[in-house]
Amino acid sequence: MTTAHPSLTPDEIERLKAPARREKLHRILSYFSPLLLLLLWELAAQAALIDRRFFPPPSAIAGTAWQMIVSLELFEHIGATLRRVAVGYAMGAIPGVLLGLILGLSAPVRRILGPIFAALYPVPKIAILPLILLIFGVGDASKFVVIAIGVFFLMFYNTLGGVMQIPQIYLDVARNAGATRFQTFRRIALPSALPSIFTGLKLAAGSSFIIIAAAEFLGARSGVGFFIWASWQTFAVSRMFVGIVVISLMGYLTILALEALERRFVPWAKH
Amino acid sequence: MSVAVSQPGRTSRPADGATAIEVRNLVKAFYDASGDRITLATTDVNFTVKRGEFVCIVGPSGCGKTTVLRILAGLEQSLSGQVRIDSAAEPAMVFQEASVLPWLTVAQNVAFPLSLKGVSRQKQRERVGELLALTGLTEFADARPHQLSGGMKQRVSVARALVDDRDVLLMDEPFGALDEQTRLTLQQELLGIWERTGKTVVFITHSVDEALTLADRVLVMSPRPGTIVADLAVPFERPRDVVEMRRDKRFWDLTYEVWRLLAASPEH
Repeated sequence: MTTAHPSLTPDEIERLKAPARREKLHRILSYFSPLLLLLLWELAAQAALIDRRFFPPPSAIAGTAWQMIVSLELFEHIGATLRRVAVGYAMGAIPGVLLGLILGLSAPVRRILGPIFAALYPVPKIAILPLILLIFGVGDASKFVVIAIGVFFLMFYNTLGGVMQIPQIYLDVARNAGATRFQTFRRIALPSALPSIFTGLKLAAGSSFIIIAAAEFLGARSGVGFFIWASWQTFAVSRMFVGIVVISLMGYLTILALEALERRFVPWAKH
Repeated sequence: MSVAVSQPGRTSRPADGATAIEVRNLVKAFYDASGDRITLATTDVNFTVKRGEFVCIVGPSGCGKTTVLRILAGLEQSLSGQVRIDSAAEPAMVFQEASVLPWLTVAQNVAFPLSLKGVSRQKQRERVGELLALTGLTEFADARPHQLSGGMKQRVSVARALVDDRDVLLMDEPFGALDEQTRLTLQQELLGIWERTGKTVVFITHSVDEALTLADRVLVMSPRPGTIVADLAVPFERPRDVVEMRRDKRFWDLTYEVWRLLAASPEH
């Protein structure tokens, strides 16, 4: 359990620690790997392999981005988008996890109510956006709802899958230890399903930003999606790309944050 | 059906004679709806276990011995027959495979039954400390299950089953997946724990050797549908030395006797 060991030579200790160190290096490199894509793009644009009017090189986009950062122009849009995603995400994730746990633990409830979710899940969330706009108006409420619907199903199915995979023996242990239904739910089902719940949270974060971009195209006066659409309408392609990069980055950073949380809360699973 | 091959053994801490577990005419069957097929798991199982007694059930795989234990533990319902357990609390169970909860530390796993009952943290800590010491896990208190060997994990299961001090301990092939040295060590430790705590133990195994090493009585089960075909007293004195007792000729006579019974059990 200790790192210093008298009977091992420094060289042996070195070799012993090498895999862990490599793993750490891989993690650091993983933060930078998406940059490779940008580099290829830059080279292609500079070499005129792609049309610069539609695909300005990342360096030009970065210049535009810098001006916009200095003018604080984008932050208002980022704030609006983040608020909509955060609220909608919570509104979808919490009931998704709870219902996933309930249907996962109770076979009768699952058999009877399962088909409702199976029937609703394939409905494209964007397709019902006009309806949602009609019901909830063009304000933030409609954005919360459309994100919540998208997030709900991902969380529901991932949690359900996680609970269904709980080894029976864990449930037996709980029962033999005298656990109540709620204790089984809270102390066994939830932690067992946590790795799947985190998979769902990451998938849902990605799809939240896809949904919000589309939702802001259609009915919003603010937000990064609105900004992308407005830039395209005025053929400000560089600005449009800044918007695209920003919203992608928002999704990417959210997923990184969730992965950090996962390492913190699911220390027993392999990453 | 009972076959007595020797006089009841003298134990260092004789059972007081009161019946702790009584199983009468137990029948268990499973129904497979997709194939519309009924499988009889056990038929007409009868036995009693006295308070403080250590009883092993041996039988071939699939004979229903685990099913009998799960019914005793209340994890499954019998189809018919009576099961009576004379105890203040439900029996505690030590399971077959790794049943240690991977998201809890060793100490938290051992404390699990207490934490469900709302025992104060101070009391939990004291009791868990005792159990960790008893099972040789003290220095692993904060380890995660994935850091432990199979033997260590089964120690955790044993400690967890003992932590809330229930009278009856049910053990479902707890050492089945372990290597022989580890198994021998844990058998010796289990005997020590049993002698100190005076629990009533029903221990399932497919190993004749293990049954004779541990038990006051060995119940031999037939292949499926399982039933008790013999009830043998194991005469070795307590406390036992799991290695030394192998020098006793009676150990091998009994081994032969049980094997003969297992080999002669009719296939149903």
